[in-house]
Amino acid sequence: MGPLIPNDIIPADWNNAIALLLGMAFGFVLEASGFSSSRRIMGTFFGYDFVVLRVFFTAAVTSMIGILYLDYFGWVDFGQLYIHPTYLMSAIIGGVIMGFGFALGGYCPGTSYCAVAIGKLDALAYSIGLFIGIYLFTFAYPLLEGLYNGSFMGYVTAPEVMGINQYLFVFFVVIAALGMFFVATIVQRKVKKVEY
Amino acid sequence: MMENNRKDRSQNYLNPYFGGVLLGIVLILTFYITGRGLGASGAAKSTVVTTIQSVAPEYAKKSHYVSQFISDDNHPMNNWLVFEVLGVFAGAFLSGTLYGRLKPRVEHSPKITSKKRLVVALLGGLLFGFGSQVARGCTSGAALSGMAVLSFGGIITMMGIFGSAYLFSWIFKRLWI
Repeated sequence: MGPLIPNDIIPADWNNAIALLLGMAFGFVLEASGFSSSRRIMGTFFGYDFVVLRVFFTAAVTSMIGILYLDYFGWVDFGQLYIHPTYLMSAIIGGVIMGFGFALGGYCPGTSYCAVAIGKLDALAYSIGLFIGIYLFTFAYPLLEGLYNGSFMGYVTAPEVMGINQYLFVFFVVIAALGMFFVATIVQRKVKKVEY
Repeated sequence: MMENNRKDRSQNYLNPYFGGVLLGIVLILTFYITGRGLGASGAAKSTVVTTIQSVAPEYAKKSHYVSQFISDDNHPMNNWLVFEVLGVFAGAFLSGTLYGRLKPRVEHSPKITSKKRLVVALLGGLLFGFGSQVARGCTSGAALSGMAVLSFGGIITMMGIFGSAYLFSWIFKRLWI
């Protein structure tokens, strides 16, 4: 039963080779979807190209449903999966800072690596900025330690916090995603096309 | 004629819903095999930690943040995410080659200069890198991988990123359109 490596079904020696292969698939899909262009990515916020919204939420919904099915069939133990922990304030503030960087840079870290791989020099500048930002954080850490470790809610899922059934939660996310796709299609038809 | 063909092909992308399903399947496979999700900023963090450790080992040991990621039996570069990100470069290069998109250039709005684009991109990366440490992950590790397993914090960070990016992109509209 999965996850395969933690349960020694695939030996841990394979870890790095598998990381490389999964990373290749990740990078290929991102680039082939057009995430190597900052102006294409930014289209989501101005309404002239909703590719990020469509790819991101389709991927989120697909993986939610897929993982719950694997758990339901007994192929993977949901309890053994790593749930990104919730530190409420740092999750919000970190997200807002990242959004600010997103609006200036036009990439997130993963997409900037893809753009560097096909020769985008602005993505290279962005990636250098990424390292500087992380480096600066190590200096700011003493000031931010309270925020960083504060408001810890545990390794909780959204349906647990909201007190609802997880299948029902995913159903609502699917409805919300379909609603967004529908609105995006209408908006994109009305917004003036931007050449890039 | 050849030139035309190449240009046409370089504008071809996957259907976004098909791309999204493929990305979802990659994510499901990652959880199924490793028990964890995908990431991107974590590899940059490992690189920064390694650099600090080799240039200023005393500071690395003293720093409450950096020291969390240093252990005697495991080098920070020998990290799942570092190999995964090397794969991301290779995979994107492969896709760019197949579609004929490999070309060194600065992509920017006609309203700004290349130089301005480079400076603003660096600043954007800096803020994103800083924020990714505050939130313990970026769009890949916190938002997307978090959402796959319904993580509350992941969903909150996703909303923070997209909400704030939407607001700030309109404030800095002149950089883009």
